[in-house]
Formats: sequence, structure tokens, C-alpha cells
Amino acid sequence: MSPDGMGRLYYESAPPIKEVGVGLGLWDSYRMRLRRKRRIIRAVRKSRELTPVQDNTNRIRRGDILLVCTMRNEQIRLPYFLQYYRDMGINHFLFVDNGSTDGTVPYLTGMPDVSVWYTNASYKRATFGVDWMNYLKRKYAHGHWVLVVDPDEFFIYPFCDTRPIRGLTDWLDNSSIRSFSAMLLDMYPKGPIDQQPYRAGQDPLEIANWFDSGNYTIKRNWKFGNLWIQGGPRSRVFFTDAPEKAPALNKIPLVKWDRKYAYESSTHMLLPRGLNLVYDEWGGEKASGALLHTKFLDTFHAKAEEELQRKQHYSASVEYVAYAESLNDNPDLWCKWSEKYINWRQLEILGLMSKGNWA
Amino acid sequence: MGTVGIVMLVHTALGRAEQVARHWAAAGCPVVIHVDRKVDRATFTAFRTALADLPDVRFSSRHRCEWGTWGIVAASQSASEMMLSDFPDVRHVYLSSGSCLPLRPVQDLIDYLADRPRTDFIESATTPDVPWTVGGLDEERFTLSFPFSWKRHRQLFDRWVRIQRKLGLKRKMPNGIVPHMGSQWWCLTRQTLSAILEDPDRDLYDRFFKRVWIPDESYFQTLARLYSSNIESRSLTLSKFDFQGKPHIFYDDHLQLLRRSDCFVARKIWPHADRLYEAFLTDPAGTMKGAEPNPGKIDRIFAKAVDRRTRGRPGLYMQSRFPHEGWENGVTSGQYSVFEGFSDLFEDFEGWLTKVTGTRVHGHLFATERVEFAEGQTVMNGALSDSTLHRDYNPQAFLTSLIWNARGERQCFQFGPGDAQDIDWIFAKDPNAQVSVISGAWAVPLFKSNRNFADLRKEAAQLQKIEAEHLKVLRSPYAKARIRIWTMAEFIENPMEPLQTIIDEIGNRSRRRLTEAPKMADLTGFGQFLQNLKNQGMHPYLMGDFAVERGLSKGDRPKRKPYLVR
Repeated sequence: MSPDGMGRLYYESAPPIKEVGVGLGLWDSYRMRLRRKRRIIRAVRKSRELTPVQDNTNRIRRGDILLVCTMRNEQIRLPYFLQYYRDMGINHFLFVDNGSTDGTVPYLTGMPDVSVWYTNASYKRATFGVDWMNYLKRKYAHGHWVLVVDPDEFFIYPFCDTRPIRGLTDWLDNSSIRSFSAMLLDMYPKGPIDQQPYRAGQDPLEIANWFDSGNYTIKRNWKFGNLWIQGGPRSRVFFTDAPEKAPALNKIPLVKWDRKYAYESSTHMLLPRGLNLVYDEWGGEKASGALLHTKFLDTFHAKAEEELQRKQHYSASVEYVAYAESLNDNPDLWCKWSEKYINWRQLEILGLMSKGNWA
Repeated sequence: MGTVGIVMLVHTALGRAEQVARHWAAAGCPVVIHVDRKVDRATFTAFRTALADLPDVRFSSRHRCEWGTWGIVAASQSASEMMLSDFPDVRHVYLSSGSCLPLRPVQDLIDYLADRPRTDFIESATTPDVPWTVGGLDEERFTLSFPFSWKRHRQLFDRWVRIQRKLGLKRKMPNGIVPHMGSQWWCLTRQTLSAILEDPDRDLYDRFFKRVWIPDESYFQTLARLYSSNIESRSLTLSKFDFQGKPHIFYDDHLQLLRRSDCFVARKIWPHADRLYEAFLTDPAGTMKGAEPNPGKIDRIFAKAVDRRTRGRPGLYMQSRFPHEGWENGVTSGQYSVFEGFSDLFEDFEGWLTKVTGTRVHGHLFATERVEFAEGQTVMNGALSDSTLHRDYNPQAFLTSLIWNARGERQCFQFGPGDAQDIDWIFAKDPNAQVSVISGAWAVPLFKSNRNFADLRKEAAQLQKIEAEHLKVLRSPYAKARIRIWTMAEFIENPMEPLQTIIDEIGNRSRRRLTEAPKMADLTGFGQFLQNLKNQGMHPYLMGDFAVERGLSKGDRPKRKPYLVR
């Protein structure tokens, strides 16, 4: 490397941090490899469903940090979403618009840092959008740090109030880390979900600013090497009878992309599996962030009903079925032990995310 | 002409390097810059032109600098030679990098060094005396040879190390020099530096160090020992390393920390840390004056970061910390108490315990009906639900979350053979758990209940079987909790003493004698009840021996209530 870049004196002083891969035999490795190739082929095949509406990808410069997002009828969220991520230091947005009818595309037209593809094809048959996004990343994000989020997800990471995202990615590069974990943290308002109307441009956290701090369960997925995290208010309120069916909250949204990579299922897991090892297994803590999930605004009712009709979501939309049942009672997700969101440091102290060795 | 010369090794963020070079030059320090050969010609030329207006900024011949190799030493050598020959007034040469940032007014550094004209500031320690290199390549950095790049040919590198070890190959130190190591960033006097560079045996040393692993941390550090009359073994550059040996990086939010450190120079600075560059390069009247460098606070912050990365927070399970069994560094995050049989034997034991210890006392958290949180709450700290389905979905996560969520407040809960048993291994193995058991006390509620004897007999048999299994767990050599087990007969003989021991160990309140005992259930007829079970062919044995007539244990005494113990 460089005279300046790396490790010095203390090089050998490191306690043995064992970077054990997901120890599997040759046969399993081979099968995983096939699986990854299939994913990529599928992505390329599904790319035929995408029509470019606005292609500004020639503006992407070397080292730019990209954001990829699939959405449907989320125009009301976009003004704040774009502002939030522009302030964070995202250089270019790649959107897949899945049949929006609310003026999403006209809204994005003319923005120089936004490229949009349109499709009316089945979200479900594109593996819930994963295939489309895998294709876009393969084509445009090779060698870039890329953040994959939904329009209702707000990425936070250690020191995000004082350091732009490039600070994080530079540090990750320096530490030879390729992927960064950010668990999904469901945010909700106090009182019924539809009590406070959301205005375009408003910070959704002004309304949905409560979360569950300590009711999460973790299992290891030995096959893919990722963790499987469940819990939070959705599990507590909507899945009282079936905690095992509660949605997965583990996410790995920030990756230094390579065209050989592929998301396997949402941003929950990736191939090759080494990218899923975002957690330390020997007692230490790796750095991690969180995705503040602001799904539960007044817009949620309409959304849940629509999604229930379309049946385009995971596992026969079991999630939306569960919501619909509870939503008739207009539930209050808030409880006495809910925690009010302040900042990333609070989440760090609560043990929901970690600075790791970034100081 | 300046008396302090700055040698800068530069490879990226040339814009920042230019800023810093201007800063040094403006204070009258001559600067010699070495730009890594890997920087392309156009970029280099642009950089050179940008600094062309400064006569005392020179560029030395370029070498390829790869981490851990000789190139960095060669770069330092040629730049230093140029410094010594071009600027005869220079008394101290300060080796720095492009991502170094001077924190104090340059004049401070000039004065500091002027007061110490014969002192060489170079961290330099012998290999056996430093803890940094335990278990890895320490001594062997010098005795083996390293012709292969660690970065690019890792396999060859490792293989060659192994081969040399196997063959017992060892290189000899030239002229019997004693190898020293230390931070790469030094500040040497003209005398020492020129003695090293003009040594008649320099070829010999250079040849040797070209095959040493990471020579930039040992070449000057070793040779300075031959010539210097006065070595201060420390670096004037504040530079911290993380657990992988990579330098920590400073950002805008470190501004106050750096200000208060009183260090002369810090590295490395994130190139986009605009506020830092602005604060330290444009603010002529620095806030720091005359003090000795004191990086103590920064040291602590970075030491903490390393600890967080390598050891983590005990008892925490989260997205980026999920230890293998046995590597948790604490299964749970704090101490807690498990009481078995107490709430059967005593009336309102929970209320009594709350009053005496001031801890959070739950009922049977692992009951099969519902999670019996304290005060009948349906949700607990951290929004933990009282649903048994959720609890049983992952009992360990339930327990560890409960303890983690309530950090700072000791948790106590009841447990018994009527509860979901999956959790028992978890707390039995946990040194944070205090487990107190009155075995056989489950018979008391049966005895008090108004149910058909056949049912009672069946349930008693079942509970006894479960508890017997459970006691095996607690008595296993793998159990690491602080476990105390009394039979019921043993316990009621003298309940205050064990209670006192348990409460003292919880230690929440000041150590006082217990004055009020929990109220014990009336056991008149209990002996007969047990005898009836026996008569039905079910032998209750876990509670110890009870006499038939009085319902009391063998050395029976009339019951005094409430107890008062002196």
C-alpha cells in the first residue's frame, strides 16, 4: 500500500479476531456459487422489464456513493427522502418506479442526480424488486459504495450527525470492510397511527418517533451466514400468536458493490456469503447502523389495503394480512416502555447499533 | 532560515498536503516533499506547480512506497539528505506525512526544539521489551527475510516465513546492532541524522533492512541508538492505532479533543475534515500555549474503541455482536437472582423481597400461562411482551434482553418445576445468576389446594420428576451460577440464616440484620400430606424428612410468627 495508508507498529498486537468464513465444504460452496450466478442471470433477464425514463447515469463519477430504491406511489415521501440523503452525501439516486400513479415520475423529472426506470411488471416475480435492483447495481454500481433502502427507511450510522456518509465509507475502505449492517428499527407514533397527517417534505420522525428498544430475538442462518433478527412493535402487536412469522429486521443496506455480488432476499442477505458476516462472533462488536423505518404514518392504512389487494408481498403478504386484521381496531403501537428517539448515540447506548472500533 | 526542517511523505489527498506544506513554509520551515511514485505524472506535476511559488519547498527523488517495504525508508532517506544539504541552518528534521496536521503554532514547535537542541525524539524500544508484538512476527521481523509483498503476495509471504522457520534460517545482525522498533514518525537532530546517512557501513545496514519486515518502524529507530547522545523515546506526532494496526482517523468532531491534547502534530486527518484544517491552519493564535503534549484523553477514547471492537459489551446480543457459545464475555449483562420454592413456602414473598432489597422482583417469568412481570405489568423494560409465545420463541433472548434492558436495576424472579424448563441451562451456566433453591417446596401449594387426591398425586409425581432433573443441571460441573440448594426441611429449620446470606449477597441495601421475616405458610398437617402421598406409592423425597404428626421438620419446635432474629 502506501506510506500513509496502513498499519504500523501495533500490527501484531491485535488480539486474535478470527475471521472464520461460513465454514462449508466444497460442495456447498459450489452450490452457493451456482445460486449466486442464477441470481445474476435472473437479474439480467428481469432487466428487460425496466424502461429507462430518465437516465443521468453518465453523471456518475468515480467514487460516487449511490442509492438504489424501488417504490410504488410514494411521491409524498420523496421530498424529505431526497433531502435527507442528499444532506448525508449521496451523489446519485437510482429509482425503480413500479407502476406509480401518483405523479412520482413527473416529480423526479429534471433532477440531475436522479435516474429513473419504470416498470409495470410484477414486483413479486422480480423477487420483490431484488432482481431489478441487482441488475441496476451490476450495471452502474460496480466499484461504488451503494445504499439500498426503501422510501420509508432512513439510514443512520455512528457519528452521522457530524460525519457525512463518505466518512463512513472511507473508513470502511480503510478497514477492508465491504458490507455494513443496519438493522430495521420500526418507528411509530404515540396514539393511533392515523392521528397525525403526514405532509410532503415533513420529517416523518416528527410523527413516528417511538420505538421498541429491547425485545429482539436473533438466530443465525447457517446456510447464508447472516443473522435473522425479529421482534419490535410489529412482532409485539401484529404477530402476537405467531412470533416466528414476524418480519425479518436484519439488513445489510450498504455495500461496496462488485458486479459479482447479488442480494438474495430483500437486503437481508447477500451472496457471496462473506458479505453477510457483518457481526463479530468472538465477543467483540463490529460497527453497525440502523434503518429507521417510518412505515407507520397515516398513509399506512391505504397502503396496507392496496398491498392486500395486490398480494405482491412476501409469503402471500402474510404481513399485510396481519396488519389488516389489527388495523380495523386502529391499534396504538405505543406502550409504556416505548422509547422516544433522540439520536444515534441513544441507539448505541441501548445496544441497537455499535460504533465498533470507529472513534 | 528556519532551524526546523519538515520532511513530508505524500501519496494521496495532495490538496491537503499542499495546504499543510504552505503552513509550514509560512512559519519559516523549509519543507522537502516526497511524492509516492505511484502518483501519476500529471497529478505530480500539477502538485509541484501549485507549490512553485515557495522557494523553500523542494521535491526529492521519488520511490515506490508499498506498505511494510523498504520504499518508505528510501523515501525518508533521500528527502532527509536533500533537507540536510539544501538547508544548512536546519537543526532538527521532522518526518511527517501528507495527512499530518500541525495542531499548535509552528513557532511553538520551533521554540520547543530550540530549547532541546541535542534531543532526538524517536520512539525506540527493543523487541523483547514491547508488548505490541506478542505472538506474531516480532523478533522474526529481523531474523527472517521478507522478499515478498504482504499486500500483493500474501500466500508467498506466509509460505516463505514458514519455510524459513522450518529450516531454522536466521539472519545475523550486521555489526551486532541491537534491533529497536517504534513509531515511524520521528524528529532527529542534524547530528544524528547525518551520522546515520553518512555512515561508512550504510550499504551494509541498508542491505540488511531491505529484507526486514516493516523497516520504516525499525531502520532509524535502530540506527539512532548508535549515534544519538540523547534519545527521548517518544514521537512528537500524535498517532493512534486500532486493533488491526491501522491508524485512527481524526474528523471534525475531534476538534476540541485535538485542541486540548497540546500535541504538536496529529495524524491522520480525514482529507474532508474541513473544520479541522480550517481551525488549525488558519487560526494563527492557537489556543494551546507552552504545555507539554498530553494526549491522555485521546488515548482513552481510542483504547475504548479497541475494547468495544474486541471485547464488546457483556450480555449484549445485537446485529453486529452475536458471539458463539462460550465467547460471550458474560452471558448476561448484570447480576440477577432466581428463587425456587420461596414463593411457595412464603406468603407474598415477592412483596417482602422488594421491600428488603429494593430490587425488581418478578413472579414466575417462565410460567406457562403468562409471563408474570412485577406488579402484573403486561410489558416490561424495552417493550418486552408478556406473551409466553414470544418468550418461548427464544427463551434465552428473553432472559438476556430482560437483564440488558434493566441495566442498573437488579432483577429477581421465581422459578419452579411448573415453569417452562428450557431456560434452566442458560442461567445455570451464567456466573451472573444467583440461584437459590428450596427443593420440594412445590408440594406446599398442592397441600394447600382443594383438589382430588388422585390429581394431586399425579401432579406431585410430575413436579418431583421435573425438579429432580433440574437439580441435576444445577449440580452439573458445567453450572457456573452461584447456586444454593436446601431441602425444604432443612430450610424451615432456620430460615433466617439462608435468607440473610442471600440478601447480603444481593447487597443492594446497607448490610443490616433482617428484622422481619417473610410470612411462612402454615404447615400444620403437611407431614401427614406427604405421608398420604407415600401411602399412595408416590415417595416425595426432595423436601427432606418431615415428621407425620406436627407437620414440622424433625427437630420440631413450635412456630413463632413473625420471626425476630438478633
